[in-house]
Amino acid sequence: MDKQGVLGIFSYVDLTVKAVGKLKDEGFKNLRVFSPVPNHEIEAAVGEPESIVRFFTLFGAMLGAACGVGFTVLTASDWPIPVSAKPVVSIPPFIVIMFELTILMGALSTLLGLLINSRLRRNAPRSMYDPRFTDDKFGVMVTCGKDNVKKVEEILNSQGAEEIKFEGV
Amino acid sequence: MSEQNSLTYAKVNEDVIRMLDKPTVKWLALFLPVLGFVGFGLFCFLYQVYTGLGVAGYRHPVFWGVYITDFVFWVGIAHSGTLISAILYLFRASFRVSIYRIAEAMTVFAVLTAGLFPIIHLGRPWFFYWLFPYPNQRELWVNFKSPLLWDVFAVSTYLTVSSVFFFVGMIPDIAAIRDKVKEVPRKIAYTILSLGWKGSNWEWLHYSRAYLYFAAFATPLVLSVHSVVSWDFAMADLPGWHTTIFAPYFVAGAIFSGLGMVITLTIPIRKIFALEDYITLDNYDGMAKMIILTSLIVGYAYGTEFFMAWYSGSPAEWGQFYYRATGDYALFYWIMVVCNVLIPIPLWFKAVRRNIKALFIISIFINIGMWFERFNIIVISLSQGFEPGAWGIYKVSWVEMGITMGSFAWFFMFFLIFIKTLPAISISELKEILPVPKKEAKHHG
Repeated sequence: MDKQGVLGIFSYVDLTVKAVGKLKDEGFKNLRVFSPVPNHEIEAAVGEPESIVRFFTLFGAMLGAACGVGFTVLTASDWPIPVSAKPVVSIPPFIVIMFELTILMGALSTLLGLLINSRLRRNAPRSMYDPRFTDDKFGVMVTCGKDNVKKVEEILNSQGAEEIKFEGV
Repeated sequence: MSEQNSLTYAKVNEDVIRMLDKPTVKWLALFLPVLGFVGFGLFCFLYQVYTGLGVAGYRHPVFWGVYITDFVFWVGIAHSGTLISAILYLFRASFRVSIYRIAEAMTVFAVLTAGLFPIIHLGRPWFFYWLFPYPNQRELWVNFKSPLLWDVFAVSTYLTVSSVFFFVGMIPDIAAIRDKVKEVPRKIAYTILSLGWKGSNWEWLHYSRAYLYFAAFATPLVLSVHSVVSWDFAMADLPGWHTTIFAPYFVAGAIFSGLGMVITLTIPIRKIFALEDYITLDNYDGMAKMIILTSLIVGYAYGTEFFMAWYSGSPAEWGQFYYRATGDYALFYWIMVVCNVLIPIPLWFKAVRRNIKALFIISIFINIGMWFERFNIIVISLSQGFEPGAWGIYKVSWVEMGITMGSFAWFFMFFLIFIKTLPAISISELKEILPVPKKEAKHHG
């Protein structure tokens, strides 16, 4: 394998953000930042494109609405039971079902979108994770060519990383 | 939140995870009686199944009694959980952060409890699945025009979505527990539940978006669910039920009762686990203000009902409301008015809103008052309909009381298990409102 992960562990957000900036300036694009909380500064520094979960949500909600229409209208027309002179396909009561199914399927597909998207790309090998990332530490993981490992280590050190770990070590 | 400035990221983890330590004798002393009551409720239910619905107090013309009251009551309790977790999230109200997990757990458990009652209420509960939308052997589908079927959709959607919302909100916190616990079985359990969460920027990116959408879905959902429940009544042509104010009236009442229950639940937890740094007086102050608002709406609705009954000129409608206030069930009616309208009035004073004992007492009265509100709407309306020859009185039987007690125990049982197994305060969201750890200009944030 000619790629290796290098992980720098930080205690402060501002140092983490600076390290990310510096690494990007030096041309390292394959970055992964770990943090115990979502943080806008980190998000802006890494500069990932907007989450595509929103398309899952939209699609799920539209599918749900369509199911709601289909469910009610088709079943009512399949075996029409006229009551008094009331319409067999009556929209107002069906709106309730459409509404609930829109929300149900919208929420479930959002869940699916979340699970798929945050796991599709492998996050990090196990040796590149530190349990303190759910506590109070921040981490910057760089995946780089083996010949660049030294350089990344230097950058991380110069930006105030408290510990440096190497993949597979 | 000035009171939370002494907290750090590490301290939050430590304090929340400390709540999950081995159950104490006190916890067991609470849990075992609760299990006993659940057992008694189950016994009553089995007795009813074996003997028939006659053992419930149903007498002509009242065939919706305590079980339906309990159903509406528990669905209502669920509502403020979603209000606190979703609606206040969209409004960025920071006072929700330390209480929302408890409120959300309350939502899920309350819906779980509520969902039992339509089944308990069935004469043949083993056929409950007939309500599900599938064609029977004659290829006839369920009646989508029936409010009872809307209920099936609304309540099951609510249970699903609020459970998903509850669980997704916990994933980063479960990961935090996974990284802290030492015992192997617990570690394995939390590892599975955390779904491999590592807290990377990718995960947070999608997570924050998804969470926002869940909140955006849960908000209209919560308003729709109690509206649909209210239409179970409002769609029927019965004096006292057939009115257009029911949906907002029920939703306001639901939030009112739910807030009461959140206060009732969090005050003991705050004391037992020494969470004064987290669940602050500001949190209670905020909830108490919402109680004032919803209490006013509920009180206004009580007044409107009477006004509309008089203004409509319908003798049946006016007779119904006159009967509510002065008839056989007048005691219950006035308990409702006192508990829901008069007792919350002291909350207008800041000193009362920030007095834990006073809040606790008021919240208990709100719970009682709201249970009676449901009872009054359902039972009194049924017992005096249009036809004087068909009027009747309903008396609650011991079986119904037993099952009602059992339902409270069932709810508290889940809650007690939750407190000892899952993070009752959101670790990651609490950290979000703490100052960000920075080397330079440390207090910025």
